[in-house]
Amino acid sequence: MATHTDEHYYVPHGSHWPAVGSLGLLFMMVGVSAWLNGAEPGFYIMLAGMAVIVFMITGWFREVIIESQSGIYNEQVDRSFRQGMFWFIFSEVMFFAAFFGALFYARNMSIPWLGGDSNNFFTNLILWQGYESTWPSNGPANMGGDYDAMPPMGLPLINTALLLTSSITVTIAHHALIAGKRAQLAVFLAATFILGFIFIGLQAYEYVHAYQDLNLKLTSGIYGSTFFMLTGFHGLHVTIGAIMLTIIFLRVLKGHFTAENHFAFEAVAWYWHFVDVVWIGLYVFVYWL
Amino acid sequence: MIRKAFLSVLGLLAAGAANADWALNMPKGVTELSKETYDLHMMVFWWCVAIGIVVFGVMIYSLFAHRKSKGVEPAKFSHSTFAEVTWTAIPCVILLIMAVPAAETMIKAEDSRNSDISIVITGYQWKWHYRYQDEDIAFYSTLARPSLEARLPDSGVDVFSVENYLLEVDNPVVVPKGAKVRLLLTSNDVIHSWWVPELAIKKDAVPGIVNETWFQAEEVGTYRGQCTELCGKDHGYMPVVVEVVEPDAYQAWVDTRQDGDTKFASAQQ
Amino acid sequence: MTTTTVDSHTADDAHEDHGPPKGIRRWLFSTNHKDIGTMYLIFSLTMFFIGGAMAMYIRAELAIPGLQFRHPEFFNSMTTMHALIMVFGAVMPAFVGLANWMIPLQIGAPDMALPRMNNWSFWILPVAFGILLSTLFMPGGAPAGGWTMYPPLILQTGDAFPFLIFAVHLMGLSSIMGAINVVVTIINMRAPDMTLLKMPMFTWTWLITAYLLIAVMPVLAGAVTMLLTDQFFGTSFFLAAGGGDPVMFQHIFWFFGHPEVYIMILPAFGVVSEIIPTFSRKKLFGHDSMVYAASSIAFLSFIVWAHHMFTVGMPLTGQLFFMFATMLIAVPTGVKVFNWVATMWRGAMTFETPMLFSLAFVFLFTIGGFSGLMLAIAPADVQYHDTYFVVAHFHYVLVPGSVFAIMAGAYYWLPKWTGYYYNETLGKIHFWMSTIFVNVTFFPQHFLGLAGMPRRIPDYSVQFADFNFISSIGAFGFGLSQLIFVLVLLTAKKGVEADDRVWEGAHGLEWTVPSPAPWHTFTTPPKNRIAAEAFE
Ligand code: HEA
Ligand code: HEA
Ligand code: CUA
Ligand SMILES: [Cu+2]
Repeated sequence: MATHTDEHYYVPHGSHWPAVGSLGLLFMMVGVSAWLNGAEPGFYIMLAGMAVIVFMITGWFREVIIESQSGIYNEQVDRSFRQGMFWFIFSEVMFFAAFFGALFYARNMSIPWLGGDSNNFFTNLILWQGYESTWPSNGPANMGGDYDAMPPMGLPLINTALLLTSSITVTIAHHALIAGKRAQLAVFLAATFILGFIFIGLQAYEYVHAYQDLNLKLTSGIYGSTFFMLTGFHGLHVTIGAIMLTIIFLRVLKGHFTAENHFAFEAVAWYWHFVDVVWIGLYVFVYWL
Repeated sequence: MIRKAFLSVLGLLAAGAANADWALNMPKGVTELSKETYDLHMMVFWWCVAIGIVVFGVMIYSLFAHRKSKGVEPAKFSHSTFAEVTWTAIPCVILLIMAVPAAETMIKAEDSRNSDISIVITGYQWKWHYRYQDEDIAFYSTLARPSLEARLPDSGVDVFSVENYLLEVDNPVVVPKGAKVRLLLTSNDVIHSWWVPELAIKKDAVPGIVNETWFQAEEVGTYRGQCTELCGKDHGYMPVVVEVVEPDAYQAWVDTRQDGDTKFASAQQ
Repeated sequence: MTTTTVDSHTADDAHEDHGPPKGIRRWLFSTNHKDIGTMYLIFSLTMFFIGGAMAMYIRAELAIPGLQFRHPEFFNSMTTMHALIMVFGAVMPAFVGLANWMIPLQIGAPDMALPRMNNWSFWILPVAFGILLSTLFMPGGAPAGGWTMYPPLILQTGDAFPFLIFAVHLMGLSSIMGAINVVVTIINMRAPDMTLLKMPMFTWTWLITAYLLIAVMPVLAGAVTMLLTDQFFGTSFFLAAGGGDPVMFQHIFWFFGHPEVYIMILPAFGVVSEIIPTFSRKKLFGHDSMVYAASSIAFLSFIVWAHHMFTVGMPLTGQLFFMFATMLIAVPTGVKVFNWVATMWRGAMTFETPMLFSLAFVFLFTIGGFSGLMLAIAPADVQYHDTYFVVAHFHYVLVPGSVFAIMAGAYYWLPKWTGYYYNETLGKIHFWMSTIFVNVTFFPQHFLGLAGMPRRIPDYSVQFADFNFISSIGAFGFGLSQLIFVLVLLTAKKGVEADDRVWEGAHGLEWTVPSPAPWHTFTTPPKNRIAAEAFE
């Protein structure tokens, strides 16, 4: 075996995990759709689907980890994984781009237009008389009632500091891994995901605060929509990232990863930097400016 | 049904061949802008024909001349900087020639200043509402009865016998000849689009937004169009009819409309 | 050649010697690029027939004026489903199928880079389209707001609404994973001597297409997610009262939608660029400029989207910008057309079925491109927009464009897949019938549009009767002609055995493996063969 590993690209011989995944997706999508249409059992079908997907992910990754540990992946396979992860992250960036696009469009186009800008003098005159464009805005119809915008200082700033710090700690962990300092690696990796979970906790707190004290809701016009959709999808990604970090941490404890061979570690680290970068965009355009 | 279809189409083909009034091309229309649009359309069209003749000509020639059955030996070339630069540059020039008049017309089309009349048009599923801003006139305009009755699958009416099938309304828009009419379009539900080919304007009616456009008709007549943005079940059944009349006839229409008729029209729904 | 082909087998170690597993496991659990490619192609053909059957309904309804069958809402559903199925279910998976089969063979790779994910990309599709098709039976009917899904109309969809949204999500997921796989395979799995500029054109155009896919499919996912939250969670993205704008959806959709149309044409360019040189017995003219042209098209495709929106009330500067940018696309596309013509020039041409389809492609795609250019002229588009002129335009680029290229590719590589030549007579009949009827179907639609017939209507004024009737006759003819293709496939293994090279003028690594291509190929990289395969 070992002699072949350098020469041969490892092509797995059949796998049932993708099919299981498709089945999970089927249940999840049908379930959530039925649920949204008001059919109660849909919710449980969705949960079942999600359970199948979690089962699939665990099983699939388990298989890959075992293969990786047994050394049948050569450098080329490793490169495939890396490039695959890179383009996956890029696709995530484009997903966020759609929502950032919506934010920019609302701020620079639709809100000013509703206020009568550009070729929309009559829009304001006939339909929304008296509406003056400002940002943040819940629109000329004051959707969701009066609200307060989320101030950039305070929690969001703390959150920024937390995420930035965690990006540093994960980098330190990476260097420790390459240098073979296992203890340092474990400590800094643990610090990273702990910071991540604190971030999520604070974000949840912020949401409660927004709903209860600021009357800022998903239904608060375009400001509420963009605020919650952007921070919400970001939060979801932080959660996924933090879970992945935790798993990597457990693998470190088990003695996985070497200085040369640690694709999974790097993939998670890249992902973590990605959620960090998105956050900075968020902080600047959603909270601050 | 098939037989009915076949017979009616055969009849139509015969009639069509007889008086050759098949509409093959865009109407020239009755406004300065519609004529410019038509010219633009023809200009680009002829350029495409010309390029097509050259490209297809060369291709067809080589299909006949350079076939293996004639025993030719394939040439070895696979590159020519000169040729490639040429056929990048020439299209650029052609595009420039098209772009300039197109931009000019575009700029003209967007200039709705100094209008004589303004009409606010609101789209509904599935009818139009018109409100003349400076007069006390407002009314709905829906598909006319004869079409409405004929359109159902088992109406038993031959649609060929209905005059202006699907293109007739109960209350047409009336405007004076020569006046610059500004249209302010919006919608009450989903997006609609107001189109009259002869006037060369088509503008979307978007809920929550007011779009502007204008026309200045130079000929008296009745001009028909349709809603052109998919707006649900009866999207195919919300026509637009504009009657362009002499200014004094317009004034007469305004006078009759203003006493009482308005109430009747808006009470219709 | 035969001596070099065997080495890929003898060098295999024992565990790769066994053949494919038997029965359902071979397909359901497959990690083999050829099997997955086959599944994609069969799936795509199935969808082509389902989407085509819907088109037949549309054409039957429109054959004569008056409402013939069911209520107008059902007609709108058919239009919407026809387009979604053709675009996402037929054309895109067909190209992914060709990519799966041919890219590893063209670059000398043992398989796709991420074989398990490859399987998942495929098996998401039946789920997605199962969900989409099931909406036909739901209360409120299948989605009927057009494939462009513009709000607020699409929000009036009945129970089908969330199913539509999640089906689109799944299609996107499948496409993104498929595209990542293509990129990684091409960048990472090329045989040692296969430099980027030596790469065959089909592989090249697919590389560019894959980048487009990764960039725009997530944007579509974002757009439909906003539809979902507007509908169920009270957000105001597309609601002016809340500060959003219904037109914003159109911007986001077309930011995806315009690159999407090039996603459907670039691989077609690639296929044709393989076939024309083969049957001209001459090297592809201007290989490098073809690469640059395809890249320019891809780049430009990101900055032209609002040419679908010239009537929504954009500010003047926006209209002018999008008009100019759109016109520019004619330049690199022209380079491609001219290069194909130059490839044929002074070649030694023969006219087997793949070549015939490719030639028709060049002619008819160009006609579709011309009408595209006319549409790009913003003031004129005010007249064309949402009429049958647009329908004529995009069917010309999609049917005798993308679909013909897929057919051409299928005929071209079929002997490599099956090991036998298909029945050339049947192929030629298929070609001539298709080509004649496709023009009978779609050419009159130009006249209809110019004369003022709007699209997406189930019934029309009697002045449009003649051309609609002709178009419907053409459509039925075209539909029936496709049955000949099925016959070709069914008889595919009854012909003459094909040798490895298959076509006299064929060049490239895919022709150095046996026909049919064994289950595993290039398990060791084909080191010195690329130089031998180069033309001179
Ligand atoms: C494969 C798909 C495909 C392709 C390749 C194209 C190619 C092009 N399309 Fe098309 N298009 C669609 C699919 C496609 N389109 C679809 C599906 C729609 C409708 C969507 C919907 O509303 O449902 C649409 C709609 C559409 C519109 C909107 C119309 C409207 O709704 O009002 C416009 C407007 O600009 C447009 C333009 C173009 C242009 C300029 C090209 C160019 O790329 C064409 C370039 C090619 C040539 C020009 C020919 C070859 C060139 C030469 C021989 C060189 C010399 C030529 C000159 C200098 C003229 N298209
Ligand atoms: C790749 C994309 C693709 C393809 C291949 C096609 C293929 C065809 N399309 Fe379509 N079409 C679109 C993409 C495509 N279309 C899009 C994007 C729209 C816009 C939708 C919208 O407005 O939202 C559209 C809309 C559209 C309309 C306008 C509908 C409207 O505005 O209301 C029409 C009308 O003629 C039409 C016709 C056809 C026909 C006749 C074919 C034929 O080529 C199909 C031929 C195939 C078959 C027929 C199947 C094979 C054979 C059989 C099933 C055997 C049985 C045959 C018989 C019984 C005769 N299409
Ligand atoms: Cu109103 Cu279409
Ligand atoms: Cu486009």
